[in-house]
Amino acid sequence: MGDGGNDPVSGQTAAVELTAITKRFGSVVAVDNVDLEIADGEFFALLGPSGCGKTTTLRMVAGLEFPTEGSLKIFGNEAGTLPPNKRPVNTVFQDYALFPHMTVEANVAFGLKMQRVAKGEIADRVQEAISLVRLEGLEQRRSQQLSGGQRQRVALARALVNRPKVLLLDEPLGALDLKLRQEMQSELKALQREVGITFVFVTHDQEEALTMADRIGVMNEGELLQVGTPSEIYEHPVNRFVANFIGQTNLLDASVVSNDTVCLANGVHIPGKSDLPVGTRVAVCLRPERAGMYPPEEVPADQQSVIGRLESVTYLGNALVYTVVLDWARLEVRRENQPGGYRPHVGQEVAVSWTLDAISVVRA
Amino acid sequence: MSSTVQPRGTTKIALTAHSWLVYLFFFAPIFVLIVFSFSDDRNVGRWGGFTLEWYQDFVEHSQLQNAVWVSIRVALLSTVISVVLGTLGALALERFKFKGRKVFDALLYLPIIIPDVTMAVMMLLFFAEFFEILDSVFGWDVQKGLGSITISHIAFNISFVSVVVRARLAGMSEVLEEAALDLYATRWKTFRYVTFPQIVPGVAGGALLALTLSLDDVVITQFAAGPGATTLPVFVFGLIRRGVTPLINATSVLMLAASVILVALSLAFQQFSGRGGRPSLRAAREAVSAPSTTNTQIKEGITQ
Repeated sequence: MGDGGNDPVSGQTAAVELTAITKRFGSVVAVDNVDLEIADGEFFALLGPSGCGKTTTLRMVAGLEFPTEGSLKIFGNEAGTLPPNKRPVNTVFQDYALFPHMTVEANVAFGLKMQRVAKGEIADRVQEAISLVRLEGLEQRRSQQLSGGQRQRVALARALVNRPKVLLLDEPLGALDLKLRQEMQSELKALQREVGITFVFVTHDQEEALTMADRIGVMNEGELLQVGTPSEIYEHPVNRFVANFIGQTNLLDASVVSNDTVCLANGVHIPGKSDLPVGTRVAVCLRPERAGMYPPEEVPADQQSVIGRLESVTYLGNALVYTVVLDWARLEVRRENQPGGYRPHVGQEVAVSWTLDAISVVRA
Repeated sequence: MSSTVQPRGTTKIALTAHSWLVYLFFFAPIFVLIVFSFSDDRNVGRWGGFTLEWYQDFVEHSQLQNAVWVSIRVALLSTVISVVLGTLGALALERFKFKGRKVFDALLYLPIIIPDVTMAVMMLLFFAEFFEILDSVFGWDVQKGLGSITISHIAFNISFVSVVVRARLAGMSEVLEEAALDLYATRWKTFRYVTFPQIVPGVAGGALLALTLSLDDVVITQFAAGPGATTLPVFVFGLIRRGVTPLINATSVLMLAASVILVALSLAFQQFSGRGGRPSLRAAREAVSAPSTTNTQIKEGITQ
């Protein structure tokens, strides 16, 4: 790239820039022609199901795999085939990979020792990193004597003590239980704000990605399908896969009639904006919490609707999920548990409705 | 552990009796060996009063002592070399993909499978041909001896060392090495600070195994030894042919004592070097227990 990875918006050099990166293992294409720019200071999530190539992408940035094709730049410097010990990045591994024969302190000091940093400075920086992740008093413990959350913090300190330009995290919260995971989510976010380093993390948990990341890249089968902020990804998914993978959704089969009309599978034309060619098979994405539900004859005039039979009601406490069956589709509607709302009974005919801005038209 | 079912009644008696039988089977021959090494009778199996004559004999028997030194030198040298080569081989097979890896893998295990006699004959032929070539090409007159014995011991020890080290390497996550590389370690430093400390118990176990196999070997050594040098087991076999005396008992007791002291020292060393930690101590015990039993078995064989 001639522009050296300049961000067109801010004019800054991208922290990580992948251009047409492909990675093959034998005949298997793990990462397929991926272009991606991650800005300096960003908290970026690579999201996808297992085997989608997200970890391979991260490992290429770390230098643990070399790309088969394409260019990989870290702060403007070509790094595609640099060994991991020559890159200004550090990794928090999935199962932390703490050195079992070393104490917490020795684990954290390892990177500095390898870089031949002066002894006194190592001691200071190790202490600083240990207090950053609030592990004071555990310096002499070994990893077997730590809980999962503590190991995670050691792994973070061990990486951050080197003051990397980019911190890579491979499923950083995957090994923790739910409660601890939620705690660590906000802690990681706070930590990232505090140190101001670019964080790139890999996860298969869409909720984790939505809550933590500034931007998300969704991958599947080696391809990077969409990159955007959590709200962009959630509200305007590019295709059926992304819509399905991020949150719960209803997908109604349809085809494009014009740039503001689609034809549902039942033959009804409804407004729906898309810039896809006429005749393209698409899906209308309607999030359960954005759908309305009314008696069939009481649908407000400004809303589109389909009519079906209520099959079941799931009571969640704070909300209710209604499953409505049409003869060509099945829809879920989520309603907050408010007093005095419309409460149809199972077997009754109901209308599921939406306003134009509640739906998005995605590629099938 | 306390929750496991405790045997009761006749089961308990039978199990206890069984344990004692096993211990008796293990240690009675050693006990007999030690007692009869002090017997003042040329006949091995007859008690003729207490004497230290046979130990005196051992001290004065220069050929026997020579054999002991050859054994020790061969054992140490072949152990050091085979530990280095065996560990390198294990690392190559476990951590790298290369052409001909499967062939190398199979070949490496061959010495474990081939019968000792076959290996011995192979060695004999090899040295005969090799020395002839040296003689005709360079005019060097080389004889079988310390060198040929050491080489033949290295040849089978490499396999055993690499098997033991590989087992340890296979249990060690490669991610640790990746983490070290990610933390700015070079390949060498990764090995030095991460891989090696992790596989040390395997390397130590392999070394002890190699040491004992070398000290114990009779068949291969007999074919590789020459007029220049012979090892203790081979020499003892020679003695038996000329008539067994309690000198052999005394020699065996001294060997036994030496190996017990070595084992005790290595355990004590592990205990005091606190940084080695508990896991390595456990591994050392595992490693040590195997060779010491083979040792005593061989010695039982000699006393019969």
